[in-house]
Amino acid sequence: MLELRGITKSYGGRRVLDDVSFDVRPGRLTGFVGGNGAGKTTTMRIVLGVLAKDAGTVTLDGAEVTASHRRYFGYMPEERGLYPKMKVLEHIVYLARLHGFSKADATARATDLLEQLGLGERLNDNVETLSLGNQQRAQIAAALVHDPSVLILDEPFSGLDPLAVDVVAGVLQQRAAQGAAVLFSSHQLDVVERLCDDLVIIANGTIRAAGARDRLRDEHSSRRFELVSAGDAGWLRDEPGVEVLEFDGGYAVFDADSDETAQRVLRRAVAQGDVASFAPQHPTLAQIFKEVIQ
Amino acid sequence: MSTTSPAANGLSTAQGVWLVAEREIGSKLRSKAFVISTAILFIGALALVIWGGFQAASSSGTPVAVTTDATRYVADAEGLDVTEVADRSAAESLVEAGDVDAAIVADPSSPLGFTVIADSSPPTQLLLTLAQVPPVELLDPDAVNDALGYIAAIGFGIVFLLAASLFGGTIAQSVVEEKQTRVVELLISAIPVRVLLAGKVIGNTILAMAQILILAAIAIIGLTITGQTELLQGLGVPIAWFAVFFLFGFILLASLFAAAASMVSRQEDIGSTTTPLTMLIMAPYFLVIFFNDNPVVLGVMSYVPFSAPVGMPMRLFLGEAQWWEPLVSLVILVATCVAAILVGARIYQNSLLRMGARVKLTEALNG
Repeated sequence: MLELRGITKSYGGRRVLDDVSFDVRPGRLTGFVGGNGAGKTTTMRIVLGVLAKDAGTVTLDGAEVTASHRRYFGYMPEERGLYPKMKVLEHIVYLARLHGFSKADATARATDLLEQLGLGERLNDNVETLSLGNQQRAQIAAALVHDPSVLILDEPFSGLDPLAVDVVAGVLQQRAAQGAAVLFSSHQLDVVERLCDDLVIIANGTIRAAGARDRLRDEHSSRRFELVSAGDAGWLRDEPGVEVLEFDGGYAVFDADSDETAQRVLRRAVAQGDVASFAPQHPTLAQIFKEVIQ
Repeated sequence: MSTTSPAANGLSTAQGVWLVAEREIGSKLRSKAFVISTAILFIGALALVIWGGFQAASSSGTPVAVTTDATRYVADAEGLDVTEVADRSAAESLVEAGDVDAAIVADPSSPLGFTVIADSSPPTQLLLTLAQVPPVELLDPDAVNDALGYIAAIGFGIVFLLAASLFGGTIAQSVVEEKQTRVVELLISAIPVRVLLAGKVIGNTILAMAQILILAAIAIIGLTITGQTELLQGLGVPIAWFAVFFLFGFILLASLFAAAASMVSRQEDIGSTTTPLTMLIMAPYFLVIFFNDNPVVLGVMSYVPFSAPVGMPMRLFLGEAQWWEPLVSLVILVATCVAAILVGARIYQNSLLRMGARVKLTEALNG
């Protein structure tokens, strides 16, 4: 498990990270969410050792992360970039070798991975000749080729078309299933919501929420329900303890003051006519996000 | 969680440095611009040597027309390409046609017994050849003549200037390329910054040294084949020292160029931080050309680390340096080199991830 504890970082008197602490668990996808300038990239760079921290610790399975741990880390920086004039395969092999693999080993791994990512036909093309989407795939190969047990990906989905998002998401889920700890940031809250097991929300350099996605959802859910019924649901307005938020014939969204109230509403709805659906509404990640960063 | 799953063994510092250096060399050798400019440089050097050889071989003479009755006056003169003609008018027509530089005709009225006829200006070369020069006794016959000293000065100066600015520029470009394409962040997440810097400096140093050695080989072989061995004599030891000084001088400059380049984020901005360094490598060239006969300036130059690669071989060539002087100068150079690497690595480390505006030197040094 990767643990961050009390990380602080200042640039020229301006504190950009303040007491940042959270965990990235193996076998799970952790989404890292925050606005522009909230401190996501800085945090990730500190974890990678690319940037020095002012205070705090980063530990991997209890041991302080040092340069020698780096070969277990895979990184995809927010600022993408590969050598434009290097051949794709050669480039990925080079990076694998920098992580300590032998030339033969590195070549075998890079070839496999690039084929898996759909770049099998482009192995000997220069990076600069690839389309943006394919460069992105090559970048993902660069982060994965040395089989890292900790993956840190800064905005891995930005600039990808929906199909490519699925390819990348699939690869990340596969790595997590194999036991890797995966931390990724994204602005696309719907993608994060769909993918991640754990969530970390950061704003202005401080962690506002961290933990399992479902637990956060429960914590932030009010008793909000959605009712879809055959008849006219106008009677809802007169029910005590109910506040109607949306209403359209048989469709309604309402807040109930207690679970009993909700059950009473359901019984009455069934008595009034057929009920197509009655379900608690979970807050979306976007809603939770807005709530916690305020 | 198996945090130790990858089969990779750790990469040693030396392996890392070599990997980076190898990539640096490989990418250079595959760059058409580099290969073509290097080929032009080699061909130019070869052409110069061969041209020099032809000049030496064909200097058999200044073409002159000589009338039959004047041949005895030129019998002893060297360096003349004599065409015998019947009389004065035939000689004059050859001069007018430009077939010969001048004509020598018998002239009883002249105290020497002959007259030189030329087209529009007196043929200096010929007059020198014919002049009766008193014998000269040399007190220090081993000392190098001025012209040769000047040629050697230009040679050392220009080779250092060319190689240092070429590869200084190359390393600066390659540092900025990594910053501009952002690949640098990926690299330094895998290997320490110092390893990256060392690899780049060593890779470019190997290329620069290879180029210098090939140039030297072309010069030496070319001069030997074309029989210009005189120029070679006395150059052997200075050239060997030049190579040693060049090696450390280049590492010194390369580290500084890398550090300077790391402070900017775009190729267009390289000049703003590397200009002072470019001045630094131009200085020895101009100094050695203007002051190659000034022992004081050369003496100072031979100890200042940035000009020592030119200054010390020059003094050795002129025979002005004691045997221990190059060693002392080399120690100073190596010490400066180590300091430059440390300072350079610091600037490099602190500037690499700062994109956008130029990083201020104080920020780069303090982090």
